[in-house]
Amino acid sequence: MGKIKGVIVIDTERCKGCQLCIVACPLDLLSIVEKKVNQRGYPYIQQHDWERCTGCTSCAVVCPDGCISVYRKKED
Amino acid sequence: MTKEELLMPENLVCGKPTLMNNEPMHYCPGCSHGMVHKIIAEVIEEMQLEERTVGICPVGCAVFAYRYLDIDWQEAAHGRAPAVATAIKHLWPDRLVFTYQGDGDLACIGACETIHALNRGENITVIFINNAIYGMTGGQMAPTTLVGMKTATCPYGRDVKLHGYPLNITDLAANLEGTAFVSRQSVHTVAAIRKAKRAIRHAFENSINGIGSNMVEIVSTCSAGWKTTPVQANEWMEENMFKFYKVGDLKDIQH
Repeated sequence: MGKIKGVIVIDTERCKGCQLCIVACPLDLLSIVEKKVNQRGYPYIQQHDWERCTGCTSCAVVCPDGCISVYRKKED
Repeated sequence: MTKEELLMPENLVCGKPTLMNNEPMHYCPGCSHGMVHKIIAEVIEEMQLEERTVGICPVGCAVFAYRYLDIDWQEAAHGRAPAVATAIKHLWPDRLVFTYQGDGDLACIGACETIHALNRGENITVIFINNAIYGMTGGQMAPTTLVGMKTATCPYGRDVKLHGYPLNITDLAANLEGTAFVSRQSVHTVAAIRKAKRAIRHAFENSINGIGSNMVEIVSTCSAGWKTTPVQANEWMEENMFKFYKVGDLKDIQH
């Protein structure tokens, strides 16, 4: 059976660093980018280990600002 | 599989709803308003009512809701959103009309309009964002503030002898003859967001099918007003808000 692979794209200029996605991710793949802020002065998040992502969409569902896009594909 | 192979448009499974534009939202980080805006955009897209929806903005944090969702909006005077919605629905019976109000707007200044519009059975949906505080003006006590909860205007906690009891307006709405569907939901977890989406979809379907008035309360957080982080605010809400504002469907005349 093929493994499902996922990856997320974060609109870092829209992100406000609320960290709700970090709590929602079941695999703990998200973290805040340290000592960096976007143009609007907010810290923002990154996906530090995308190879383990299954594309479950939890982070995108809880994101209040809709800055996360999830891509998912079944590996052949 | 490389990242580039995954990042193809056909693999996109979840993202920002197309009805939500690129204008950055003015809400504080982690605000529940963003989640509810997203749910409304998704439901309207799924129902294919983009060209036939009119939302009524309140006065409160969501006063700029018209900036973020590309549907028709009408701004109402403070608390008067259900009255404006009544007028629009009477003039345009084929439109989906909903109001989007906070607890200061709906439960205090607009309590009269809300109760009467719901009791008349107007075919509208009232979306009620309840964060137990006046968020926009600096975290003052609202009618929905919990007993003992500290706010800017009751720094020692809400005292029943001095400030009276919190007003549970959704329970009140469930007892009115005119309401078809009354539900209380929250948006703090993925499961809760899915349930809230189902409730809003059901309410919108009732409105467009002329079944009666509908109210969906969303128990929300106000991390800035509560002076916590968004994650702590969700925990505080689960521990304290859910005791008084019990989540679930309160009334559904079709079931």
